[in-house]
Amino acid sequence: MADETKPEQPSTPVVGAATATPPAAHAAKPAPPRPPAAPIPDLAGKTTSAASAGGAAAKATTPAPAKAATRAADDESPLLNRRQWMGLAWGAFSAASVAALAATGRFMFPNVLNEPPQQFKIGLPSEYGMGVDERFKDKYGIWIIRTPDDMAQHVSGFYILISTCTHLGCTPNYLSAESKFKCPCHGSGFRLTGINFEGPAPRPLERARVVLADDGQILVDKGKHYQYELGQWLDPEAFLKV
Amino acid sequence: MAETKTIAPQEGMGVRFWNWLTETQVWKSVFRHDRPDSDRNRVLVMLSNVFLHLHPVRIRKSGVKLRYTWCMGGLSFFLFLVLTFTGLLLMFYYRPTLEYAYTDIVGLREHVPLGIMREMHRWGAHAMVITVWLHMFRVFMTGSYKPPREFNWSVGVIMLVLTLLLSFTGYLLPWDQLAIWAITVGTNMARATPFLGHEGPGAALLKLGDIPLVHSADDARFALLGGTFVGEGALLRFYVLHCVGFPLAIAVLMAVHFWRVRKDGGISGPM
Repeated sequence: MADETKPEQPSTPVVGAATATPPAAHAAKPAPPRPPAAPIPDLAGKTTSAASAGGAAAKATTPAPAKAATRAADDESPLLNRRQWMGLAWGAFSAASVAALAATGRFMFPNVLNEPPQQFKIGLPSEYGMGVDERFKDKYGIWIIRTPDDMAQHVSGFYILISTCTHLGCTPNYLSAESKFKCPCHGSGFRLTGINFEGPAPRPLERARVVLADDGQILVDKGKHYQYELGQWLDPEAFLKV
Repeated sequence: MAETKTIAPQEGMGVRFWNWLTETQVWKSVFRHDRPDSDRNRVLVMLSNVFLHLHPVRIRKSGVKLRYTWCMGGLSFFLFLVLTFTGLLLMFYYRPTLEYAYTDIVGLREHVPLGIMREMHRWGAHAMVITVWLHMFRVFMTGSYKPPREFNWSVGVIMLVLTLLLSFTGYLLPWDQLAIWAITVGTNMARATPFLGHEGPGAALLKLGDIPLVHSADDARFALLGGTFVGEGALLRFYVLHCVGFPLAIAVLMAVHFWRVRKDGGISGPM
């Protein structure tokens, strides 16, 4: 009996299942006026016929799930309620903002560099004598040293020292009279092997990868550095046996 | 029967001109208040001016006491305005490229009339760092970081960092030996950052199989320099940061900082 005076209630759970709207919240509102006698076909499931409240619920149950998929949204039962729509909008905005921030971060890493190439050929071994050669120091930042007996690998050949002081990155000078490399910035000193022996440099100069190219020229690859203190001077590509 | 009517002596020419000027429509459309001869009009001078409206209408007497405030915050702001203006003038003659940077700076002294803009900018920058430190010292010594002013202190610390960053980025722009090596040393520290620097701890762990994710051409130092060493990429990046990026950031924070001074109870208020 109480059900018949409040015809909305049996129907709303059915509608609620289809649309996931919170039905209880609207129970406090006065029921919208609707002709109780004539259930309108496209409001199936929402009929307020007082005579068959239970029957309406039973009738409404069967067509409602079938119609739920094809039921059009209207002002009374939208596909998304206000809360869902705002959540979707803010979520999309946040996602777009995060993506824009990530894109800005990626923007700061250039894909093309106008820098000297990391791999380059420096001529045939026969063009070099024993000792330190500075012909490519300005262009590529390396010294080419030919030695009869390498301190690490104990063979004769070439190794390439990178002309960057291991203290704070200045370019040392080669002092041939004193057989050492001396950094002008803070006075770090390195032997011809690259070992640091004076000044604030914490570790020896680094060697670059050096191999023989197909045409017989020496190929230097500054993309790979070898550090003595990590035992890397023993690597076969840290020294070119000639 | 005779009514004595006093005729006031005619005012001087200047006063008459001023009285006429301030009644013209042009003047009244710009200055929408009367002369500040009453308290109401004095308030209106502040409230109807966008540059002055951040000023409080009244301040405590202690607010103008130099022994209390040192005026270092105000001096820092003044120096910032000087640096902005001289910096803008420098931008008319300086080109941030490898080819022109050094010679343009020399030219600003030798070829440009009134060739002291570069000097004023550089001295102003040194002075601003000093006044900013003194301001921070004063704020600390007067306890003006205590509640409710803690947030403003934090904003001020960030502004200190931005001031130092402005100095750092500006230092490279003359592109002389001093600049290049100072920035080389300064940015070499970035490569030792944990995980984000290719020579730092943890960087070797970040790799997909054999491909390193963090290497000399892909770490924090690389993003800062736009290259693997201090070259044309670094010069342009530092120029943009120095002239646009950091000034915008610090201007926004200045607005917050001054606003908070007002809202937290005004300058040099009692504890």
